[in-house]
Amino acid sequence: MSKQLSNETLIEIKHIKKYFPIKKGLLSRVVGQVKAVDDISLEIKKGETFGLVGESGCGKSTLGRVILRLQSATDGEVIYNGQNIHALGSSKLRDLRQDLQIIFQDPFGSLNPRFLVSDIIGEPLKVHTNMTAAQIDARVVELMELVGLDASRRNRYPHEFSGGQRQRVGIARSIALNPKFIVADEAVSALDVSVQSQVLNLLARLQKELGLTFLFIAHGLNVVRHISDRVGVMYLGKLAEVGPTEELYNKPLHPYTAALLSSIPRPNPALKRERIILKGDVPSPANPPSGCRFHPRCPMAQDRCKAEEPLLAEALPGRQVACHFPLVEDGALERLAARTLG
Amino acid sequence: MARKILEVNEMSAGFLVNKEIVKATDRISFNVEEGKTLCIVGESGSGKSVTSLAIMRLIDYAGGAILEGDITFNGASLPAKDQDEMRRIRGNQIAMIFQDPMSALNPVFTVGDQIAESLRLHQNKSDKDAMKEAVELLRQVGIPSPEVRAKQYPHELSGGMCQRVVIAIALACRPQLLIADEPTTALDVTVQAQILDLLQSLQKETGMAIILITHDMGVAAEVADRIVVMYAGGIMEEGSVEEIFAKPSHPYTVGLLKSIPGFEANDGNELYTIKGTIPRINQLPTGCRFHPRCEHAMDICRNQEPGFFQLGQDHKAACWLFEEHAAESKVSPARAAIEHGEVRV
Ligand SMILES: Nc1ncnc2c1ncn2[C@@H]1O[C@H](COP(=O)(O)OP(=O)(O)OP(=O)(O)O)[C@@H](O)[C@H]1O
Ligand SMILES: Nc1ncnc2c1ncn2[C@@H]1O[C@H](COP(=O)(O)OP(=O)(O)OP(=O)(O)O)[C@@H](O)[C@H]1O
Ligand code: SF4
Ligand code: SF4
Ligand SMILES: [Mg+2]
Ligand SMILES: [Mg+2]
Repeated sequence: MSKQLSNETLIEIKHIKKYFPIKKGLLSRVVGQVKAVDDISLEIKKGETFGLVGESGCGKSTLGRVILRLQSATDGEVIYNGQNIHALGSSKLRDLRQDLQIIFQDPFGSLNPRFLVSDIIGEPLKVHTNMTAAQIDARVVELMELVGLDASRRNRYPHEFSGGQRQRVGIARSIALNPKFIVADEAVSALDVSVQSQVLNLLARLQKELGLTFLFIAHGLNVVRHISDRVGVMYLGKLAEVGPTEELYNKPLHPYTAALLSSIPRPNPALKRERIILKGDVPSPANPPSGCRFHPRCPMAQDRCKAEEPLLAEALPGRQVACHFPLVEDGALERLAARTLG
Repeated sequence: MARKILEVNEMSAGFLVNKEIVKATDRISFNVEEGKTLCIVGESGSGKSVTSLAIMRLIDYAGGAILEGDITFNGASLPAKDQDEMRRIRGNQIAMIFQDPMSALNPVFTVGDQIAESLRLHQNKSDKDAMKEAVELLRQVGIPSPEVRAKQYPHELSGGMCQRVVIAIALACRPQLLIADEPTTALDVTVQAQILDLLQSLQKETGMAIILITHDMGVAAEVADRIVVMYAGGIMEEGSVEEIFAKPSHPYTVGLLKSIPGFEANDGNELYTIKGTIPRINQLPTGCRFHPRCEHAMDICRNQEPGFFQLGQDHKAACWLFEEHAAESKVSPARAAIEHGEVRV
């Protein structure tokens, strides 16, 4: 996106880990751990949209929830306003809740079907403010107009709204308390293209008008390219690469990013591009491969990759990558593509 | 031109909803040729899955029926057949795969058994031969160490591998036509790329025809020979993949392509949007079913349904914008007007 980026950090994520125990048997003995998020550090700038991509199960939603402390962290810190969110007491956390919101994927499942739309949008106001019923109603009208919903329909139930309209209801609710930061977890993934573009425009407009910062989680690579200023690519609980959107999409540095981007089907039959077809499947996060987690599938893997884990480090100005042999030189991407053909 | 293996002719299929018949597909026509891939694209509820259920005559079991028109397969009418005859066709000459591979597999049998079962059922193979061929099929669909995998259960395999198993089952009987309903929608992009590659190489080997249903224009561009664009039960535009993408003409097709984000850098402008939402099939607008959402709607569009106008040798659209110029040329002035934003009605 062509907007000017601020240099001020809004949220700093430091060495966040989230492990889920794997239990077995009658006594629920812990026999292992799913390392859903495994030591991620990241700064999200004020006013930016940070896109998070990666394949199913790589830990995107878990990271999003841990950042908001909707789930506890196994280790690490999330710094907001100079405070570690994960170390706050419950009353301080409650105050912070207003600043930090989430929009979920499922416009059907995440709205309570027995609540009126006005109750759904107004609920955070009821819980977090001292507003009167009349004030809340006025704010609900304002919010519905802001997200392009017909406010005269506020006393209806969610099932009377279309998928795109329900997603707008979810968005109206998430901005009710004037938040600073919103995690949008697959917020447009379930929508049809013609409706998806309406919601994407809405999110971009709200960001401009309200000065919001977004963590935009999605497996749809095109949507993320469109809306994000910077992008992080996750693989098996770790960040493989972070960089400004266009630089990353035009010149991926991590072999996994390159493979991911080359798999996007393009609506242009004249462009029969060479895909980098990866072998094998994503390994289990309970038992990640040694060294570089991507090495069993990486066309560029060498002995060092099996033994030594690459750390996320700056390879080009503003661009971080976790790979011993990043695709920095000209022609590196072409060489990678050539390797997967034979 | 290759032989037409399937011809769908003015076919409507629908359901009884509140004692009223609603058409989920409305007089649709298209052909599928041997060795070729036809993609049916369209958004949710456009009637893509109902079309495939009608061809398979599975719609009878979903509480619906073919209401009018005909479907011929190898020259014989499918609606005229009884379900016993259809059962022999399904899984032998026509096979189908669905979006969710897990639901298509039986969790309590090994994947090898499930493929072998299909072979025994349709080809009267002995147990031993069937299992041997099952392993061969697993190899063919690109599953590593197929002897080991054949003895595993579906939950021991990833989603991508399960979809390969489903494809193996579908291929077991060497179908002439494979209908794949969103076969990669539930899969990650890198796995999707593997599965689309697999389908294309299997088609080359076996010469089967494929109907691939998708809502992803990108997938259609990569695999289709022909494309049918559906909207709210009707076909809006049909043509070769080259024509559809080089000269998209129906305002719905044009809008759909323009709404897709992220193929180029974001230029800071708003994304193109088609206003409004997809209508329910029991509340279709009069005239052109797209008119409440169409930027170019004219009076006639509100009252009278457009028929197809030929836009090129192999390309047609159901839209009044093409009425006058339809007969003349390949490059329709109306479409040029749309592209240049000149049409204001
Ligand atoms: N509550 C939980 N208990 C145990 N394991 C979990 C839990 N939540 C997530 N996981 C596991 O953690 C890993 C990461 O899951 P997560 O939902 O964060 O992935 P994701 O990247 O959001 O995937 P998707 O694209 O499918 O939404 C997965 O292996 C998942 O099975
Ligand atoms: N068993 C049924 N009874 C009544 N209506 C049905 C039934 N099955 C489908 N329909 C309706 O028929 C229409 C077409 O449905 P269909 O499943 O073919 O859509 P689709 O194009 O496959 O959409 P999607 O992309 O969501 O899969 C929809 O309006 C749907 O509600
Ligand atoms: S570190 Fe090695 S295995 Fe990992 S991505 Fe880089 S080249 Fe591939
Ligand atoms: S017939 Fe009219 S309303 Fe329908 S698509 Fe064409 S111009 Fe639009
Ligand atoms: Mg998720
Ligand atoms: Mg469908």
